[in-house]
Order: sequence, then structure tokens, then C-alpha cells
Amino acid sequence: MGYPHQPHPRENTVLSRYFGDAEARSVDGWKSRGGYKALQSALQMDPLAVVNVVKDSGLRGRGGAGFPTGLKWSFMKLGDGKPHYLCCNADESEPGTFKDREIMRWTPHALVEGVAIGAYAIGAETAYIYIRGEFTEPLAIMEQAVADARAAGIIGKNAMGSGKTIDVWVHKGAGAYICGEETALMNSLEGKRGNPRIKPPFPAVSGLFGMPTTINNVETLAAVPHILNHGAEWYKKLSRPDNPKSTGTKLWSVCGNVQRPGNYEVEMGFPFGEFLHDLCGGALPGRKLKAVIPGGSSVPIITIAEAEAGVMDYEGMVACGTMLGSAGCIVFDDAQSMPRQIARLARFYAHESCAQCTQCREGTAWTTKILERMVAGDGTMEDFDTLLSIADNMTGKTICVLSDSCAVPVVSGIQRFRHEFEALIKRTTIHVVPQVIA
Amino acid sequence: MSHGPSASGGALVKAGAHGHDVPHEPVFVGETAARLETLIERYPNRQAALLPALWMLQEARGWVSEAGMVEVAQQLALTPAYVKGVVTFYTMYHQHPVGKYFIQVCTTSPCHVCGAEDVVKAFLEQTGCGELGVTSDDGKFTVIEVECLGACGFATPVMVNSDFLESITPNRVAEVLARYP
Ligand SMILES: Cc1cc2nc3c(=O)[nH]c(=O)nc-3n(C[C@H](O)[C@H](O)[C@H](O)COP(=O)(O)O)c2cc1C
Ligand code: SF4
Ligand code: FES
Repeated sequence: MGYPHQPHPRENTVLSRYFGDAEARSVDGWKSRGGYKALQSALQMDPLAVVNVVKDSGLRGRGGAGFPTGLKWSFMKLGDGKPHYLCCNADESEPGTFKDREIMRWTPHALVEGVAIGAYAIGAETAYIYIRGEFTEPLAIMEQAVADARAAGIIGKNAMGSGKTIDVWVHKGAGAYICGEETALMNSLEGKRGNPRIKPPFPAVSGLFGMPTTINNVETLAAVPHILNHGAEWYKKLSRPDNPKSTGTKLWSVCGNVQRPGNYEVEMGFPFGEFLHDLCGGALPGRKLKAVIPGGSSVPIITIAEAEAGVMDYEGMVACGTMLGSAGCIVFDDAQSMPRQIARLARFYAHESCAQCTQCREGTAWTTKILERMVAGDGTMEDFDTLLSIADNMTGKTICVLSDSCAVPVVSGIQRFRHEFEALIKRTTIHVVPQVIA
Repeated sequence: MSHGPSASGGALVKAGAHGHDVPHEPVFVGETAARLETLIERYPNRQAALLPALWMLQEARGWVSEAGMVEVAQQLALTPAYVKGVVTFYTMYHQHPVGKYFIQVCTTSPCHVCGAEDVVKAFLEQTGCGELGVTSDDGKFTVIEVECLGACGFATPVMVNSDFLESITPNRVAEVLARYP
């Protein structure tokens, strides 16, 4: 991946090839690295043909849900006389995830190009890149890239001489995890509180400003130019032979207790054990890996043994008891108390709940209170049932899935690390190594 | 939404003695007003420029006051109550004056397991703030905890105003503070 480490020979750096290469940040630098060829050729194709290439490639959304991108684009009815919008979701706030930040910092024009192609394919003349407010550096770099691309005639009223209008604007968020949820992001862009909307209507029917809208993650859009350049067949081959449902390369953000945290780009189907121990360097000296949350904090926690047997694609992650999510891989070692970490995650969701739904507002708050009481040593055996029943009430019953996401670490954590909770209740010591701070 | 214990924005930053009674000088005049009008053209209606307008206000004044909200409301043809409703939703708009240097330390799980709590402690001690959300007596620093900054591989990320610092450890805190006189 190149930044901050040299790429590992087992990586396939498609998206991350120019991470760390500051010259790739300018229009000319990007063009001399093969940039904007894909946009040029897309503008000469029929929009539907562009949609079909993306459909054929098998590209799925990298924002968390893994929805097929070409299919999502095909929901946009071309020629309906309404303005269409493309939103690029650069709110990246899912704990463990920091890949979109690196794409924007190093290859801003990859994103501008992907956004422009996406806008063309869905018949949108306006695209907004919604970047979280805390990303001050990516914001400045993207603002510059968009301005430069406009000045070079790549986007704007007559994009690359095509006669088409493709306006791209950067919009700065103001601090709210929930604005990464697609309809909350649209409300926020409209100058409203970032409350998720009830679906249906889905964004393709009524999205931003009530108009047909497509929303895609940064990494999803950044992959599109490569697909147009090299073809759908090439992209499909970047997978394991027995699973055509997950294709392409994937950026994995790795953090927590490993030797080499950072972003790694591997082909779909990469062995998770090799990834954790070789690419990421495994545990810190004197420690052992204990648990992994592979896809950002909203997916189930699994044990290191489950992870080591896993395969890194959408289906492989489900098979080992979790999900690919946003591919933000959080690693815990034997110095960590899982109840304490699960309580901290619950606190995150309690803080970030938009508080529209009772199950979520009350559920996240009570889950946090109970877990923190358990961590403080005042838990009882009844707390397990209470937590699981709250979790049940928080799942599948709310406007968005933030509520479900809070229940996930609780349920999966109790399932796999119940002994650590029980030790807290019975006040027996378990082997938790005291934390050493560097 | 800013109802949690480590909200970075208004709710948990404790109101200081200064700031509230200062008369509001309009922000959206001259060049700033023109800049806002240009920005509004990116959107099909004026309301969509609310977050950007609030950013402009905060950049000019350091925080978002009630009088500032009234001004923004007028600019965008909204009611002050509506604007306040939006301001209070987001954590990054300061609803009180804050220290000259506003320090946000990520403490969400990935950073927590890498020792973020000790980074917070070091900042609280060495800035003289002592407590989260309280501005130091010299008006220089306010320290708060913040949820995931989206840089978890560079634990612990810290923001000082709009500077984004990576891989901060307790023993780097003194060096960081020295950069902010
Ligand atoms: C609470 C919540 C937070 C989310 N945060 C993000 C985010 O920060 N970035 C992102 O791309 N998707 C996020 N998503 C997923 C989006 O709703 C949406 O599925 C995605 O942006 C679609 O793009 P894709 O199809 O390219 O993945 C979030 C979803 C939920 C429920
Ligand atoms: S589930 Fe939670 S975050 Fe989602 S809409 Fe309901 S209250 Fe808001
Ligand atoms: S958890 Fe600290 S930056 Fe993500």
C-alpha cells in the first residue's frame, strides 16, 4: 500500500498504487499516471453501456452494505426529465475504518474521475462529495483537486469537451457519525439535522432535494476508472475462483494491537490468517492476538481462531461468523479486556444515536450503562439476559441500522467472551496482561 | 448528535465567563457575503448552504453564538429556531467560546486499546485544563475527547483546531503543546 509502509509483495495495489506519491495529486501528475483516460472513454459511451460494464465487473459497494454498484446505478431512470444527483459518501466515521481518507489524501483525482463517471452513468449533472468535517487535510486536497479539474475543463459545463455538464462540489460535514447513513447524509446536505429517513422511498426515487439520487462510497467510485480501463473481465478475475460474488481488490484498514497498522490492498479471497500474521506483522512482542472485528465496529467480533480460518471477501467473512462491512479491521490482543472494549463501543453508539427511534435512543444508553456497571465490578448474572433482551429489541426495528450495530458487539461479544464477563461478576482474576503504554 | 459524554461541540464545552455579552458584529458583509452567495449557487436552494454558512461564521468568530445564528437565519431565509436546531445536532459547532487551541483526542476503541486514555490525561495535565471541556485559566486550551477521527491506524490522532496530528503518545504531548504558543 505504500503508506506508511512499503507495499507487501502479496498486495495488489490498484487503488493504493500512488499512496505516498505526492506528485499524483495534481491534474498533470494524475494524467501522466494514466488518469482521466477512463472518463474520456466513458463520455464517448452510452451511459447505459457504462452501467453495464460496472454491473458485469461485479463491483459491490465498499461503504458497508456491499450492494452491487451497477445494479444500484441501473435504478436511475434516465430521461425522466428530473434533475439527478450523485452523492459521494466520504463521511468515513466507522471505528476502525480509514481507507477513504487515504484515497482522498493521495489520489484525489481518482475520486474526481470516479465521481464524474458515476454522474455521467446515472444522468446526473451535479455531484456532491460529502466529507466529514474532521478530515481537514482531505477536505483541502479534494477542494483543490475539484478546482483544478474544473479549471482544466475536465469537469464543469463542458466536461472534457463532451458537451455534458458534470459539476462536482465538496461539502463539509460538521461532526456526526450518523451522517454516513445515506439518507442522513442527504438531509445534512440539504441543511437539516442529520436524521435518517424512513425508506421507502429509496434514494433512486426520492433522494437529495427529493430527486432521484445515487449514493456511493469513496472507494467504490475510485474503483470505477480502473474497471473501465481494464475491463469487467479483468476485475472479475481478482477473486477466488470458487466465489464469483466478490470481485476486485479491497482496501483493508488495520488498527489496534498489531505490529504494522495501516491500509492494505488485497484481492478478494485473500487468506485472513496470512493477512493478520504476515502483512500486518501479527501481535506485538510478548502478546497474543485474541479477537478481531474485521469490518468496522458494526460487525460481529470473532475470535482470532475464527479469523485465522477466514477468507477475506463478502461471503468468506459471513462464513467465519462476521461480515466484511467497511473492512476496518480492529485487532485486540490478550492485554485487552473484552467487556471493557465492548462497553466502549456501546458508548460510541449511544453518543452517535440520532435519538429519533426509542429502541435506539434508550437501547444504546441502557446497554452502555449496564456494560459500564459490569466493567466497574458491579455486574450480576441477570445482566446477560437483560443485555440480550435489549439487543433483541434494538435489532430490525428502527429507521436505520445504527441501533442494530450497537447490539452486534454486545451479542457477539457475550457469545464468545462470556467467561470474561463472568470473571468480572465473580471478581475472579483472568489472564488479562496489564497494558503497557509505548 | 451532541448528547453524549464526549461531545466535541457545544453541549459539553463548559461555558466560560467571557464571550456571551460581546455585541455581535455582522459576519456576512462585503467579501464574506459575496462568498456565501457564490456558494449558494452550488445548490438548488439557499437552505442547503446552512452547514457551509455556519462554518464561515465559526471561522470568523471562533464559535457560533445565538446572534450569529440569527444572522445566518436571515441570510438563508430560515428561522433562528430552525438554525439552532441544526447547530445543536452537530458536534463541531462550538456553542460557547473555547480556548485559543481546541484539542480533540480520539478515545474510541481502536485508539483506546492503543493507550488513548493516557494521551488525554497528559493533555489535561500539561495544558492546565485539568478537566474535559474546561478552558485553561490563560484561555489557551480546551481539551475534549472525541469519537473516531477516521485515522485509527495512526493511534492516537489528535486535532488542534484544524491541524490533524497522528500517532500521538503521552511523551509527545509536550512537544505538541510547544507548537501552540
Ligand atoms: C450508521 C451508518 C453509518 C454509515 N457510515 C458510512 C460512511 O461513513 N461511509 C460510507 O461510505 N457508508 C456509510 N454507511 C453506508 C451508507 O448508508 C451507504 O450504504 C453507502 O454509502 C452506499 O455506498 P456503496 O454502495 O458504494 O457502499 C453507513 C451506514 C449506516 C447505517
Ligand atoms: S436507529 Fe438510531 S440512529 Fe438510526 S434513525 Fe433510529 S435513532 Fe437515529
Ligand atoms: S478510533 Fe481513533 S481514529 Fe478511529
